[in-house]
Amino acid sequence: MELQVRAPPAGPLWCVAQRTKLARVPAHGRIAAAAFRQYSTYRMATAAGVFTNTVFGFIRASIMFAAIGTAGGELGGYTMLQAATYVWLGQALLAPIEAFGTREVSQRVHQGDIAVDLLRPTGFLGLHYAQKLGRSGFLMLGRGVPPLVVGALVTGLALPEDPLSYLLGALSLLLAITVAFLADMMVNLAAFWLVETRGLTVVYTATMNLLSGFLIPIVWFPDWLLAIARATPFPSMIQTPIDTLSGRVPPEEAAGLLAVQAGWVALLGLAAWAMLRAGTRSLEVQGG
Amino acid sequence: MTLESTPHIPSEVPAVELDGLRRDYTVRAAAPGSRRRRRQVVRAVDEITLRIERGEAVGFVGANGAGKSTTIKMLTGILQPSAGSVRVLGREPVPERRRLAREIGVVFGQRSQLWWDLPLRDSYRILGAMHRLTDRAVGERLDRLVEGLDLSGFLDRPVRQLSLGQRMRGEVAAALLHSPALVVLDEPTIGLDMVSKEGLRRFLREDRAERGTTLFLTTHDMGDVERLCERIVVVNTGTIAYDGPLESFRARLGAPRELVVDLAAPREHLELPSAARTLAVEADGIRHRIAFSGQELTVPALLTAIGTQAEVSDLSLTEPAIEDLVRQIYARGGGI
Repeated sequence: MELQVRAPPAGPLWCVAQRTKLARVPAHGRIAAAAFRQYSTYRMATAAGVFTNTVFGFIRASIMFAAIGTAGGELGGYTMLQAATYVWLGQALLAPIEAFGTREVSQRVHQGDIAVDLLRPTGFLGLHYAQKLGRSGFLMLGRGVPPLVVGALVTGLALPEDPLSYLLGALSLLLAITVAFLADMMVNLAAFWLVETRGLTVVYTATMNLLSGFLIPIVWFPDWLLAIARATPFPSMIQTPIDTLSGRVPPEEAAGLLAVQAGWVALLGLAAWAMLRAGTRSLEVQGG
Repeated sequence: MTLESTPHIPSEVPAVELDGLRRDYTVRAAAPGSRRRRRQVVRAVDEITLRIERGEAVGFVGANGAGKSTTIKMLTGILQPSAGSVRVLGREPVPERRRLAREIGVVFGQRSQLWWDLPLRDSYRILGAMHRLTDRAVGERLDRLVEGLDLSGFLDRPVRQLSLGQRMRGEVAAALLHSPALVVLDEPTIGLDMVSKEGLRRFLREDRAERGTTLFLTTHDMGDVERLCERIVVVNTGTIAYDGPLESFRARLGAPRELVVDLAAPREHLELPSAARTLAVEADGIRHRIAFSGQELTVPALLTAIGTQAEVSDLSLTEPAIEDLVRQIYARGGGI
């Protein structure tokens, strides 16, 4: 894919160009494309991931079926088919959302490689967000779609009636990836102040897996846990895109959920930015 | 010498201006015999004042822990000074870090700015876009870098498969891609073999002659300074111990490089160029120790001179250690 790049004009015009945000887009496009290509080279990892995601999809689906069967064919608004759709979409989203957390940024902070990131003429968060989008793009196609196809063939999927659901679903997915990126980034940026962030990552992923509605739909939670979950950004990462994509939530209701997602993007974006700012101020790049 | 790079910065703006620069680190260390950890302030850089004009090539040398890397971090805007002021190309590095990143090129010998899993060529495409260069501008500049740094053999290989020498040449090309006005090199030849070192140095000299770039270089290798710099700044425990032309530094300290050659057949005497002299002949004429001035004579030229008289079976090269030179400065009462 060839992207258009602006020429740097000489003299004062150059300074004007530096202030134009639009001029940054091509660089981010290339970074995203590079991340996509980079991940597409990990063929074995992709195959292993697809296999695991599919196997766990079957396990989770059979547990859900047993629960719904015991409850008399419907549980908390989920029929068998809706439950299957919920499971397969969840399995498909696991990889692009990177629900198990990443460690790259915290490692770069600890090893001092963050200095290289900070010396690039592109903003740190934008740079990593572009990489995340490229990576998620590949993970969606390479690791998300195959389990979904298997699910559609074996258990069937409940597809939305309103075509608008697909559009809102795609938007919700992008917002979910963004929310997950920002929350994960905050966990990573804690490395500015912590010698080791592994413990934090474990706590974060455990909380995320439960409260995001990945393990079981959040509407199955007791009221008190549901209230807690809804006060966190986690449902915006998995429950919301699944409900929107599957059409379980009709478009008029989904719009409100998307607004909540957008609110979390703004809030976490601000928080991550503040952490980065505070972190770089106190930064003592480690090692030589 | 013309200043072609970054035309919007007037050439009278100095490349680097440090005034009373200081940096303290707070270290928490356990006191002996006590469980409690005590806070201790360590002064890494202490009142450094330095002015580097555009087009200069400065070697910034000192032992480990002398404050070299701390100074570089403050120059590039990734570390806030505790006191004093820094200006690089007229900008304040910390608040204007990203702006400055468009005008300087940095090579950290121990870190990589290339994309590990992608072919080397792709890193330049991404960096070109980050610096908002046109594809044509990237292409033209890259042609020059590929030729000068001899990258053509591995341009399409993923970075992770490159040897250290190949990768370092790739790193230097990445730092020079946007034709920066100031190039900061932190230990650029660390871990490289003699041939790779010489190749890298040769290109840095050529590029500087072509574009009038300012070079700021930290190194442990006196060879780097001899081949690249006209001015040397020696730092010791955070302060400047010497600042002046390399000429007078070397003249007063006399720090020749040493070449040891083993000959295929014994020979009592070798005719050497005037900038070299025999220190010792050992192993019944097989091993010759030769001291020579790295400024006046290159290793290949010296080897050619020896090669006309005898066959060389093995050789090794010793550079005078910066630490020794710094120690000499102090033995002479601080200055030279």
